[in-house]
Amino acid sequence: MPTYRPGPVSLILAVLVALFLLMPLLAVIPVSLTPSRMLTMPTGELSLRHYRSLIEDPRWLDSILLSIRIGVVSSALSTVLALTFSLGVWMFQPRFTAALVGFVLLPMVVPPVVSAVTLYFLLTSVSGLTSFFGYDTWLGVAMAHSVMTVPFATVLILVSLSQLDRRIDLAARGLGASVWERATRVIMPNIKFGIVTAALLSFVLSWEEIGVTLFITSVNAITLPRLMWMGLRDNIDPAIAALSVILIVITVLVLAVRSVITRQKVSP
Amino acid sequence: MSGTLSDRMGAALLMAPLLLFLVLAYAWPFLGVVKWSFTLPTPGLGQYHALLTDELVQSVFIRTLRIAAIVTVVSVTAAYAITVVWVRGSPVQRVLAEFCILVPFWISVLTRAFGWVALLSNRGLINTWLQSIGFISEPLTLVRNEFGVIVGMSHFLIPFAVFPLASAMRSLDERVLLAARGLGSSRMRTFWTVFVPMTRSGIIGSAMITFVFSLGFFVTPAILGGGRSVMIAELIYLRIFQSPDWGLGAAISVVLVVFVGALMALLFRYVKPKQLV
Repeated sequence: MPTYRPGPVSLILAVLVALFLLMPLLAVIPVSLTPSRMLTMPTGELSLRHYRSLIEDPRWLDSILLSIRIGVVSSALSTVLALTFSLGVWMFQPRFTAALVGFVLLPMVVPPVVSAVTLYFLLTSVSGLTSFFGYDTWLGVAMAHSVMTVPFATVLILVSLSQLDRRIDLAARGLGASVWERATRVIMPNIKFGIVTAALLSFVLSWEEIGVTLFITSVNAITLPRLMWMGLRDNIDPAIAALSVILIVITVLVLAVRSVITRQKVSP
Repeated sequence: MSGTLSDRMGAALLMAPLLLFLVLAYAWPFLGVVKWSFTLPTPGLGQYHALLTDELVQSVFIRTLRIAAIVTVVSVTAAYAITVVWVRGSPVQRVLAEFCILVPFWISVLTRAFGWVALLSNRGLINTWLQSIGFISEPLTLVRNEFGVIVGMSHFLIPFAVFPLASAMRSLDERVLLAARGLGSSRMRTFWTVFVPMTRSGIIGSAMITFVFSLGFFVTPAILGGGRSVMIAELIYLRIFQSPDWGLGAAISVVLVVFVGALMALLFRYVKPKQLV
């Protein structure tokens, strides 16, 4: 059977768009190798000093560790909250489900800057209560990131629940399983993949979150994106180029591995 | 099935933690922001009056709408070109197109904005290259202006614009296209009179997503605009952290939410949410 394939004009335009999409990612490679302390093209000799400064400068290492800690805590919180909520929706199909899900998705659709102002209001209001939770604390950032990532986790878990066969739950119920047993021994094992994906996505979103973080941190809770932001705004530090190259390489590797795995699943 | 007492208890227990969390950490503080907009610095509608009269605020709103409109047209057009190949190309072309869409999609907004700084700044790749071949003698100003902002935002939004288009292109009936070609219609004519009209819902969805995202954009304009082409989101940031004028920042936030809400309501009158993914 013949198929409708894009013609030469389509292909040329698509190649131009592809170049546009990849160009800024490739541009950081030469910049990261410059021997200069400023953001310039290397002229002649290349140097790895900016990669070294990522390891040697404690600011970079500290912020990487902080971002990992915040990412793990906020991802755990998001995933647990999203999972219990989605189980409630799926098992009991309560009235007003659409409205409740809509409410949960709000942080995903409201412009991020408005969410940022909102979370700034929240954290500055509670700052006086304790010293470890509030504006410019790592727990405050982790909680704010959970607010921002929980809609994404909820969507992923609800989607994987929607593909689950209701009859297995009915069978468990008919055999006398309690709500707890149905949830933990019948439903959750069947949506493992969705739960893990939700946790990973929440972590990645927290790891690279900057819009909200800018509003709720100043000098103490400097996450990696926050440190990059400072380096970009004030005096452009080529260490950012080295870090960008590393992040891009990790992304490409993860996507490549993922595509190999999915292709293996598809082809028997 | 639903309705028995124990069922309602179970549902409530499972759903309560997240709902409670979002009420306390999101809905309640949002109402606090709304309150700021009416009470700071003095109670009343002063901040909203200022929004209507302040020339700086208005110029920022107009610039934001203009940039969002341009970025929408650029992103949807570019996304369309690459989505055609992603959905309809040969297997190899599909893999390559998918790679070019997903890699930027997963890379953080900061890294991508930084890549554009490395390309477009006065001592960046493009200016260095153009000067080395003697095409220009003085570097071109490509960042810290609206051009840089539009380039960076379009780059960020193209992958988002791709998904509704891909969904529309996947669901259309290929036989119609083959019939048009079989009846002697040229490639160009088939594309413009058959293919494009059939993907209309995808185009609307994609344009709406891009436009709504552009309105609240913060990071890219702040880095590539260099403080010279301030958009709404950056204005809110400046009002809260530099002026500081929390009331005005809050009032702009409220107006932005209402405006985006109205746009979304309009979108869902024309497109079902499912068609967007």
